[in-house]
Amino acid sequence: AAPAAAGRGPLLSCRRWSGAKADTLYDVVVSGGGLVGTAMACALGHDIHFSDKKILLLEAGPKKVWEKLPETYSNRVSSISPGSATLLSSFGAWDHICNMRYRAFRRMQVWDACSEALIMFDKDNLDDMGYIVENDVIMRALTKQLEAVSDRVTVLYRSRAVGYTWPYPFTMADSSPWVHITLGDGSTLQTKLLIGADGHNSGVRQAAGIQNVSWSYDQSAVVATLHLSEATENNVAWQRFLPSGPIALLPLSDTLSSLVWSTSHEHAAELVGMDEEKFVDTVNSAFWSDANHTDLIDAAGSLLQSAVAFLKPTKVSARQMPPSVARVDAKSRVLFPLGLGHAAEYVRPRLALIGDAAHRVHPLAGQGVNMGFGDVSSLVRHLSAAAFNGKDLGSMSHLTGYETDRQRHNTALLAATDLLKRLYSTRAAPLVLLRTWGLQATNAVSPLKEQIIAFAS
Amino acid sequence: MSFSIYSENQFSWTPQTNPWVFSEYSMMWFKSYRITFACLSRMKIYRYPWTRLYGTSQTTVDSSEIKTFVALAHRWWDEQGVYAPLHSMNDLRVPFIRDNLLKTVAHHQPGKPLSGMKILDVGCGGGLLTEPLGRLGASVIGIDPVDENIKTAQHHKSFDPVLEKRIEYRACSLEEIVEETAETFDAVVASEVIEHVIDLETFIQCCYQVLKFGGSLFITTVNKTQLSYALGIVFSEQIAGIVPKGTHTWEKFVSPEKLESILESNGLSVHTVAGMLYNPFSGYWHWSENTSLNYAAHAVKSMRQEPPVPAGFVFTGKTEELHDKDSINPGVQEELKK
Repeated sequence: AAPAAAGRGPLLSCRRWSGAKADTLYDVVVSGGGLVGTAMACALGHDIHFSDKKILLLEAGPKKVWEKLPETYSNRVSSISPGSATLLSSFGAWDHICNMRYRAFRRMQVWDACSEALIMFDKDNLDDMGYIVENDVIMRALTKQLEAVSDRVTVLYRSRAVGYTWPYPFTMADSSPWVHITLGDGSTLQTKLLIGADGHNSGVRQAAGIQNVSWSYDQSAVVATLHLSEATENNVAWQRFLPSGPIALLPLSDTLSSLVWSTSHEHAAELVGMDEEKFVDTVNSAFWSDANHTDLIDAAGSLLQSAVAFLKPTKVSARQMPPSVARVDAKSRVLFPLGLGHAAEYVRPRLALIGDAAHRVHPLAGQGVNMGFGDVSSLVRHLSAAAFNGKDLGSMSHLTGYETDRQRHNTALLAATDLLKRLYSTRAAPLVLLRTWGLQATNAVSPLKEQIIAFAS
Repeated sequence: MSFSIYSENQFSWTPQTNPWVFSEYSMMWFKSYRITFACLSRMKIYRYPWTRLYGTSQTTVDSSEIKTFVALAHRWWDEQGVYAPLHSMNDLRVPFIRDNLLKTVAHHQPGKPLSGMKILDVGCGGGLLTEPLGRLGASVIGIDPVDENIKTAQHHKSFDPVLEKRIEYRACSLEEIVEETAETFDAVVASEVIEHVIDLETFIQCCYQVLKFGGSLFITTVNKTQLSYALGIVFSEQIAGIVPKGTHTWEKFVSPEKLESILESNGLSVHTVAGMLYNPFSGYWHWSENTSLNYAAHAVKSMRQEPPVPAGFVFTGKTEELHDKDSINPGVQEELKK
């Protein structure tokens, strides 16, 4: 290659990109304005070391305008862990959520449909285990905080990136070192770091050619908003593992709970289609019926249970029953397919993936968006330190730090969730026995439960 | 051909005439620092006319050597390449400079902590340290005697409009800009430079002159110890190839004690000396109590006037010869130190 550096002056437009001179150069572009992408843009915008940086958020959908909080609850809710709540409060979004609505829960009961085994998580101190918040409420809070830093963060709605041009390695002296993005309307922009937060079918990840391990589960999730028969304290999250898939009841208010039922595609379609009374009956019997119990498993289960009671006479976990359901909100039943996904690399030079673009998980552990917020925390921490050290934001040296940090955590959680899903999808006696004893044993060992809670926080 | 020039300029280089030294890298490095030495020798002539003149032939850089410059000049910005240790050294030296400069101001702008400061980066190479300082808000002038390095640095910063405004590069030596930039800089940074300079005393004096009163001088360099010979030269250059062969000469390493005495005697009071250690397996640097390999120093200009010149005149001849004698026989210097 000719030693171009020797002869020519600074290269501003190159034959590949005409008009490169006029392109705006951003420090960070976040592609995808969902919960995780908006949180990323917000966190960077509020970071003190990013005070003089330019950040752009690209969102394909239109801007949502809210006059006031709707009375009916939305059917898409998320379980927010304490760690995620800390992130949201670090840039002031949690206060907005508190001013709207959320529900804290203190206990979680998870039990099997095929046996008496159960596990009860609760915190001995009066801390909350987690919070159930509607996705719309979270988005609203994030958008408000984003508007507060509009001098640093620009948001482009109805903008979809259609093309990306990646920088060549340093040796190509003539080429621009930045990432070039072409939008749907033909305009182009450049950035020093592109963050892909565009969901499990990430366009950024595909354009970068990053390998993605993924498979679809033979399950869809049905969500709905349910009215309880009677008002209760409603601060417990319930999940029962049916052979067809887990059914969960998450508290929204004293009289309302949200349903997340993962089941086979046919059954899900049936559930969404059936009339309301039948649906309510189906939900109640899913939680209350013991039809799947077998004598063998019951006997084995009580055997271990007495052994545990003998060794630890003080702790007695009797199975409690969730509140019964009276009606379902009209038009609140929706279904969506489930799958698993994990990107082989989270980072490339000048590229980082966060949220579902990097990992997609089954909702049975309520971890999906929390993993995404964990990614945001970690990446913001690394980028903030890099900015304070005057580093090039797209440099691999700190991006690999983020990748190592998060891959370790996410891979473990993904594997555990997948394992649980497969373990609980069967009626076969040996596996039921295994999981019954396993669950009872885990329930008896408090330090182990504390570890689990800590990992998922 | 370059052989004979060496033996005229620096009598000490005879030990260096082993064949393995003259690989392409060492040609380039010796050539570039010969240019520095030539400038320094010229400067010596002007200031101390009675010192012996060592014939300095003008620099006519070989066309074959231009290719070497270009080939290596491109390597500056490869973070995993030949200069990787210098890239990762930024994790130590940028916070070192930044935090010590922030101590001197009451308030700083978030996002641009060094804004309003003027910094001189001597021996900036491809701009590895200059760019982070520019990103932190400072106005930086980067100088390097090697043209190709400056070209690489210019080219690299040209893509970023923020850096274009804040950084200026010049291909020259420190002595050439002393006159026009006297007392203008809040900080002077000489990172991995003084172990390549022939006349440290003069270099420090020039740094003193361009600094404002209360300004800071930041130096990172290699200590002159048996350990630094074993690890810094034998291991790093010859065995592991962490540093290109011929980059360093052990005789030119400076011990912290010698550096401190030169700094103090030239009106710069030493605030900090801290050891740095490189882990070749992880590629990261760490601060250390131990200064026997690499170390960083921070000194502040605290005397208003220069040390009286006549005294300097009288002794210079001797100090120059003393330096030269030292370089003939490295063992002597060790004994002198003791």
